[in-house]
Amino acid sequence: MSEAQKYVWKGAIPLQIHLHESEVTTLPPPPPALVLAPRIGYLPLLISLLKPHFSATLPPGVDTIWFEYKGLPLKWYIPTGVLFDLLCMEPERPWNLTVHFRGYPSNLLLPCEGEDSVKWSFINSLKEAAYVITGNCKNIMNMSQTDQADLWGSVLNGNLESYSRVSSKLKLETFEDEYTENVDSASTKSQQSTGDAEAVGQVKTSRIPVRLYLWTVNEDFDDFEDAPVIDNWDKVSYINRPVEIHKEDGKYFSLNDAVKRLLPEYFPESSFGNEGDASINQSAGEEGENSCDPESSSHTVEIAEIKCVRIQGIEPSLEVPFSWVVNNLMNPEYFLHMCVCLKVSEANALQ
Amino acid sequence: MDLKEAVKDKIPWDGTLPLNEFSLSASTFSDKWKMFNHSFPPWLWNPCPKHHLNSSHKVEGYLSLENVCLVKSCEEEKNHGSLSWKEESNISQAEEPFDHATLVCPEFEANHYDFHIVYSPSYRVPVLYFRSYYSDGQPLPLGEIEKDLPGHSAELLLESKWTFITQEEHPYLNRPWYKLHPCGTRDWMKLLLSDTYTSSNKNFIEQYLVSWFSVVGQVVGLKISLEMLNIEEKKLFETTASDIFE
Repeated sequence: MSEAQKYVWKGAIPLQIHLHESEVTTLPPPPPALVLAPRIGYLPLLISLLKPHFSATLPPGVDTIWFEYKGLPLKWYIPTGVLFDLLCMEPERPWNLTVHFRGYPSNLLLPCEGEDSVKWSFINSLKEAAYVITGNCKNIMNMSQTDQADLWGSVLNGNLESYSRVSSKLKLETFEDEYTENVDSASTKSQQSTGDAEAVGQVKTSRIPVRLYLWTVNEDFDDFEDAPVIDNWDKVSYINRPVEIHKEDGKYFSLNDAVKRLLPEYFPESSFGNEGDASINQSAGEEGENSCDPESSSHTVEIAEIKCVRIQGIEPSLEVPFSWVVNNLMNPEYFLHMCVCLKVSEANALQ
Repeated sequence: MDLKEAVKDKIPWDGTLPLNEFSLSASTFSDKWKMFNHSFPPWLWNPCPKHHLNSSHKVEGYLSLENVCLVKSCEEEKNHGSLSWKEESNISQAEEPFDHATLVCPEFEANHYDFHIVYSPSYRVPVLYFRSYYSDGQPLPLGEIEKDLPGHSAELLLESKWTFITQEEHPYLNRPWYKLHPCGTRDWMKLLLSDTYTSSNKNFIEQYLVSWFSVVGQVVGLKISLEMLNIEEKKLFETTASDIFE
């Protein structure tokens, strides 16, 4: 367990949760609930704190909890910290959310029947991550009931020690290199570079589970207060795609390299050796569809620039080795969640 | 694993379809579908994301077949084999797509189905997503969908290690859809196709989706015309398809 991992597990978002006015049946209305929500947790798990707080005022009926931020229903299977990083780029403290216990928008949100749904979603993601890393889900499927309960329990309680004990049995290590702090000195994989023994004669490719939440802007902005608001999930591209690591990438494969590799549609030449943050894509002279007016004397180029990459509430320098980012900032289900803002603009090419 | 790489290194094929081959396989599938399944509307290719910086970059996307109506017949309970599917616009016609013996009850209910074939970069296989709704647009609950599925399908869905239905958000559309979970796909595709996989079989990748759908389609009762498969596959299909669901 590194210091960074401990910080991640201790990370929490202060929430001020208001009951939606349509569900308030008493006067005066109940005060909002003040809750510290773990970054690596999920909003529906807060029901045990919220229900007692609001139960006296709820109308009769069956409760199905859901949350919204400024009118946007929140996807409950996205970790709380990721939702905050994505929707609240200029951090609001406390983060003001509205809770509902009725009127579940089932045309928009997957159904959630309490802790079991959240646990199922977590295990399912863990299986997917295991598949990405090892090529199969066997190690998850073969977990004993006790181990599975302990793993989920450690996430519920934010207990990193307990989590590390169980998760190490899963053998889902993605990167081993000198940037990884390894407490277990008996481990053969500690300060060595990636094992050559299995890689003889083959390109060693690792796949790293990543979930990228991408939004683009056309104009620059200085403060996040001025950034366009995400008031609709269609404004976010959800990219659930593994990063492929090749042996040639070497130990300096950076966060910048990883983000570009995940977005070939914006960074078409992304490969090692790329310089700078901007990738210039000429629209003139390319085969296929071409929006450029062939008769104009100058041509426009479109440039994509990484404006911001936020992970676990921080914006690491893009030069940080990706292996460090993965090992220290990933979520308990072995996915690295990244909120990325790209600035896409057109400019006249300099002739 | 890249197929070319596998051939080069003489590593057995692992049952997956590489990402960059998906759109090719998809267009082969939709072309063959058009040729051999006249009673159905064609599959459409939907590029995503809609805006590209680099317009010549190979476009990501998915296949869709929408608004297919399931017309229930009186004999359905006895008939475990096939369901009758009608393109929505043909509902008023007397013509049946496959089974001339199926009667259409005077008061038929039409459940509408949308099917999408979306590639999963994590599992490296295509995934079938679907949703269902009544004529008034209200979504069908899973229990009702299960009643629409062919008889054997309901059983295998409950017990199969190969495939099961889960509800997840559509990767592109921000809405809840159902899908056939992909974690077993690679294994049964390997079972189905390993013998036909040789370096000289050039249209292997193109045929991937056709072969895949020949199995997956059965689960949801969409029987494709066997003419879509080539002769070798037909033989394989007949012998191994039922083994897959044992």
